[in-house]
Amino acid sequence: MKDLQLKSQRFRAEREWDWRRLDGLLRRVEGGSASSLSDEELLAIPVLYRSALSSLSVARATALDHSLIDYLEGLSTRAYFFVYGARASIRDRIARFFTDTWPNAVKSIWRETLFAFAVAVVATLVAYLLVSQDSSWYGAFMDQGMASGRDPSATTEALRETLYPKLTTHDWLSALASFLFTHNAEVTLGAFAFGFAFGAPTLFLLAQNFLMLGAFLALFASRGLGLQLGGWLSVHGTTELFAVILGSAAGFRIGWRVAFPGDRTRIEAAAAAGRASAAVMGGVICMLAVAGMLEGFVRQLVQVDWQRYAIGWSILAVWLAYFYLPRPARPPS
Amino acid sequence: MTAVTATPRPTATPRPAASADPGASRVRAFVTPEGVDLRLRIGDAAERAVGYVLDLLFINASLLVLFLAAVGALSVFRNDAGEVAFVIWTLLSFLISNGYFIVMELTPRAATFGKRIMGTRVAARDGGRLTAEAIFIRNAMREIELALPFRMWLSAAIGGAGPALGWLFLLVLLWVGVFLFFPLFNRDRLRVGDFVAGTWVVKAPRERLGIDLLDAVQATQSAFVFSPEQASAYGVKELYVLEDVLRRKDAKTMAAVAERIRAKIAWRPSPDESDAAFLAAYYGALRARLEIQLLFGRRRKDKFDVG
Repeated sequence: MKDLQLKSQRFRAEREWDWRRLDGLLRRVEGGSASSLSDEELLAIPVLYRSALSSLSVARATALDHSLIDYLEGLSTRAYFFVYGARASIRDRIARFFTDTWPNAVKSIWRETLFAFAVAVVATLVAYLLVSQDSSWYGAFMDQGMASGRDPSATTEALRETLYPKLTTHDWLSALASFLFTHNAEVTLGAFAFGFAFGAPTLFLLAQNFLMLGAFLALFASRGLGLQLGGWLSVHGTTELFAVILGSAAGFRIGWRVAFPGDRTRIEAAAAAGRASAAVMGGVICMLAVAGMLEGFVRQLVQVDWQRYAIGWSILAVWLAYFYLPRPARPPS
Repeated sequence: MTAVTATPRPTATPRPAASADPGASRVRAFVTPEGVDLRLRIGDAAERAVGYVLDLLFINASLLVLFLAAVGALSVFRNDAGEVAFVIWTLLSFLISNGYFIVMELTPRAATFGKRIMGTRVAARDGGRLTAEAIFIRNAMREIELALPFRMWLSAAIGGAGPALGWLFLLVLLWVGVFLFFPLFNRDRLRVGDFVAGTWVVKAPRERLGIDLLDAVQATQSAFVFSPEQASAYGVKELYVLEDVLRRKDAKTMAAVAERIRAKIAWRPSPDESDAAFLAAYYGALRARLEIQLLFGRRRKDKFDVG
């Protein structure tokens, strides 16, 4: 063995092997193969991490090798993030999201959900009553592009046809489904993200959606097509509108906490509320994907009213049971 | 032997910027539960920007490749390729542009490819676990920071808003400008999404352990003998600079530095001595001297520190 003159040289020579071992283990973990580590290796990491930390302290106090200190800082930081970070695999984290995180988050914003639901009901009623009395209100609520010809000037026959489209082989069903999904997802993401402006834009987007619904209902009811429209909407609407209400509720939660932060700073309060409602939003996107499928495929394929009602409302029942039915507490893993 | 399961929260507080080192304003004290300050360095604006641009490149390149591959494969089997192509395009672009960031940051390295290349990663500001919710929200906010205004402008442009379009574009630029440059106006270079999610982007590079420069010195040192006065001409700061010079091995810089040091310590070079050998030997002597002082409790900051 070479004669090492300086204490810092000896210090490094004695510990270098441990550092390299930790480095190697971390590389494997970071490469996504944490499961390939044996129990022994997994248990070694916290120990090696502590010894790297102590090496870092010693090196800072006694060694004047800059690159060594940099290396140890980087190594300790990476090890710290592993030792104190989340260690579950992506698959476990996603599974856990659907079994626990999402339903619990939805449950926790029930007050905002009720509020959003109330806003939705009021908006629908207002538009329905106004349009029933004077059909010129229709244009005020309805976006021309969304209406695509379904307005008071259309004949009853034309309106009926929009509810029961005749299928041809090339009807771009799946195209419609995918487009509807991405469109709705982006709108809902916006409604949620705008919650930070005290929830006002969220309220606007929510009300706008349901004003359109009310105007739509009034138009079709005036032609004696109310029941049929109900079926047409039920298929996907129960899922989609529920998702819109949940997304808005998440936005309201943030808006409320930004406006009334309590004894925290506004930014802290917004951050806390944002994290809580982000779980809701992640799930809402999934709901919208389901709604897009229903709207694009099922609604076009199922043309009988009672079947449409049955499909739509039983799916809603499933959602409600999934979110709100009490479930046995799982032992924390 | 116990694995660490409890999460005592380390404290992250801004370190008072005392040093003249330009990088020091990026360093945040970050004390682990074991009581050691990790001195986290936050990712600076340039690293963030380059990382993001790289990510955009990866996203769009993979989108294009996947799209072409899928359409190419399908057009062989089916004749209604138009519809299928549309579906694949809408779903792929939504999935990849939204899912890429979230999935990549959920992995143990908590970094997208762009961030990995830049040596940064996402971490929770309070030092706790980086939750899936935080990752989701920091990336969902990107939607209103950048994507939403442009989409609004695009739909207005397609709808034909006429002369108002220019003003709308200005508004969009203003909006995006505020969010885009938001990180430049706070100390920790936080995006709006970082603010809301309680995260920040820090350096966590995989450093290579360089060789100990002293190992190289030992062989040649016998040729150089420095007097105690010569060996204590400089302080720690100069030692670090010298270490840098030796690791970079740039002949011109080495010649210049060697020249300065020889002049300073009045060294008379022998005719066949090389700059590299001289510098390495002087590095060894200086570091030995300073480390011995350090053991006696005295850290000589730089050459002006003669206390």
